[in-house]
Amino acid sequence: MLFFIEVVLSGLMAGIMYSLVALGFVLIFKASGIFNFAQGVMALFAALTLVGLMEKFGFPVWLSIIGTIAVMILLAWLIERLMLRQLVNQEPIILFMATIGLAYVLEGMGDILWGSDVKVLDIGIPQGASDWMLDTFDIYIEKLEVFAAATAATLVVILAIFFQKTRIGRALRAVADDHQAALSVGISLHTIWVIVWSVAGIVALVAGIMWGSKSGVQFSLSLIALKALPVLILGGFTSVPGAIIGGMIIGVGEKVAEVYLGPFVGGAIENWFAYMLALAFLLVRPQGLFGEKIIERV
Amino acid sequence: MIYRETGQFKANYQDDQALFPIEQDRYVIFGILFLVFGVVPYLMNEYWLNAILLPFLIYSLAALGLNILTGYCGQLSLGTGAFMAVGAFSIYKLMVAVPDLGFIPLVVLSGLITAAVGTLFGLPSLRIKGFYLAVATLAAQFFLIWLFNKVGWFYNYSASGMINSPPMTVFGFTITGPEGNMTAKYYLVAAIVAVFALAAKNIARGRIGRNWMAIRDMDIAAELIGVRPLIAKLSAFAVSSFYVGMAGALYFAVWLGSAEATEAFDINQSFLVLFMIIIGGLGSVLGSFLGAAFLVILPIMLKNILVDGLGTDSALATHLEFIIVGVLIIGFLIVEPHGLARLWRIAKEKLRLWPFPY
Repeated sequence: MLFFIEVVLSGLMAGIMYSLVALGFVLIFKASGIFNFAQGVMALFAALTLVGLMEKFGFPVWLSIIGTIAVMILLAWLIERLMLRQLVNQEPIILFMATIGLAYVLEGMGDILWGSDVKVLDIGIPQGASDWMLDTFDIYIEKLEVFAAATAATLVVILAIFFQKTRIGRALRAVADDHQAALSVGISLHTIWVIVWSVAGIVALVAGIMWGSKSGVQFSLSLIALKALPVLILGGFTSVPGAIIGGMIIGVGEKVAEVYLGPFVGGAIENWFAYMLALAFLLVRPQGLFGEKIIERV
Repeated sequence: MIYRETGQFKANYQDDQALFPIEQDRYVIFGILFLVFGVVPYLMNEYWLNAILLPFLIYSLAALGLNILTGYCGQLSLGTGAFMAVGAFSIYKLMVAVPDLGFIPLVVLSGLITAAVGTLFGLPSLRIKGFYLAVATLAAQFFLIWLFNKVGWFYNYSASGMINSPPMTVFGFTITGPEGNMTAKYYLVAAIVAVFALAAKNIARGRIGRNWMAIRDMDIAAELIGVRPLIAKLSAFAVSSFYVGMAGALYFAVWLGSAEATEAFDINQSFLVLFMIIIGGLGSVLGSFLGAAFLVILPIMLKNILVDGLGTDSALATHLEFIIVGVLIIGFLIVEPHGLARLWRIAKEKLRLWPFPY
């Protein structure tokens, strides 16, 4: 029983890491209807930039983080200027392919700028097992994962406040609701896109920091985007709570399946189990758990 | 002036329904076929055949398959790599088990097996659409590759997990294995691609193809006028997977010779083929070829220019290649989102009126 709880808890923590990536997807999809495949690479790029600033220029942690945020905002501006603005009114699949192209560009740029070797990212996040949990409940939990969970929670709260209370947040929600109506009341789509991509870039930075501290900053980091996709379809492309809860369901399901089912079929089922789980959900609810109901008219 | 259809009358139904109704088009097609089968094999050396023409032809077949599903029927799929793997592993098992059947029937058979698998993974398309479906097809991608990697039966329990194509002959020429005859390989692949490209063009303009396009343009409306989505969608998945499976079989047996599931058929393969049809043009047979040509030749060209021409070191060149490919793709989508095939169509319109456009 204790072992089961431990498995579930570690699944929950891993799930929150997925949610962090999925969150970036949801933000961009909501605001611009773009399925941003480059989100994972953005996380990698942000983490690379952070490590690069810290190592090559010897900046302290806080300055590097601010620097990286500035880089991500600049990137968002460039993406809007050079890519999105040119592709207005194109079909979703074209925009999707463009983001894959963007992923290539970012990957190449990150490698050229900062080198492609595996880097250690240490910004002072506590590492190792949590002693308190180990002593009181005899359950093994990584401190880093608890920290990641707390960060994710904070991030969601900040985002919620940002979306509900601020002027820009209201504009963002208006755009997500109806592009044309938002345009007609004087909201600039271009500005909103820059803001949304910047926010997604900052979320990517947080995800990059967490994953980077966990397993080093390396190319495989960009593949976590693939891990976040089942989370997305499970939670719905348009729902922030969906991304969080979907992430947890996927994380727990994956870990439990790996531990209890994996040995019978040869292991390493993590790669596809999440997709199958999400697929099973989709067959019952085609719009995901929290997605908006799809209404179609002829 | 040359490309003009004035004076070409369609006097009976047969003329009206011809695959290439304009005479000049027919000459072009015969010209291309003559070039492909009569001229190219004698001009090209082994390197060119192996490095450019074979992969180009094989990827064209795969792109054709995906174009049937995505371009004609509108169902986005990211599982092409896995379906190619199904084709490759089926032909491997068949080549080992029943080599007497002959190579070409085995290719078709492995295509049929892939069609069955593809139909199975196409079932969710009846319920979900768009990007949800795209992600669902990723399930096929990861699950199938995992299966081929984990279950020893598929690679006959070889220690490395690799599959190697045993030598087989077609009309007395060795096609597969290390002793394979390059020119024979080229002829075989070109013949298969030519036959099935023609078939695709025919299917696409017939009843089934029109059903697909109706589903693509608006599935609810199509359903209302009597197109059955179940049949249309699943047939698109089946035909598409058939093509992709054959491409996978040729890719492994004729071109690579040996393959490992996780390396040769990973998700990048799926994206590559998807790029081909987007850049070439969705819903166009010609586009599949143009896109495949572009994306097969581009990396080789870039490598040649960067490494040999400019003397960049190879690690930097790989990264630069990434950036250039990415920028080109984005640029392409901005300039002509309907692909190279669209450019050709515009050129055709212009040519019709040339040199007096008014």
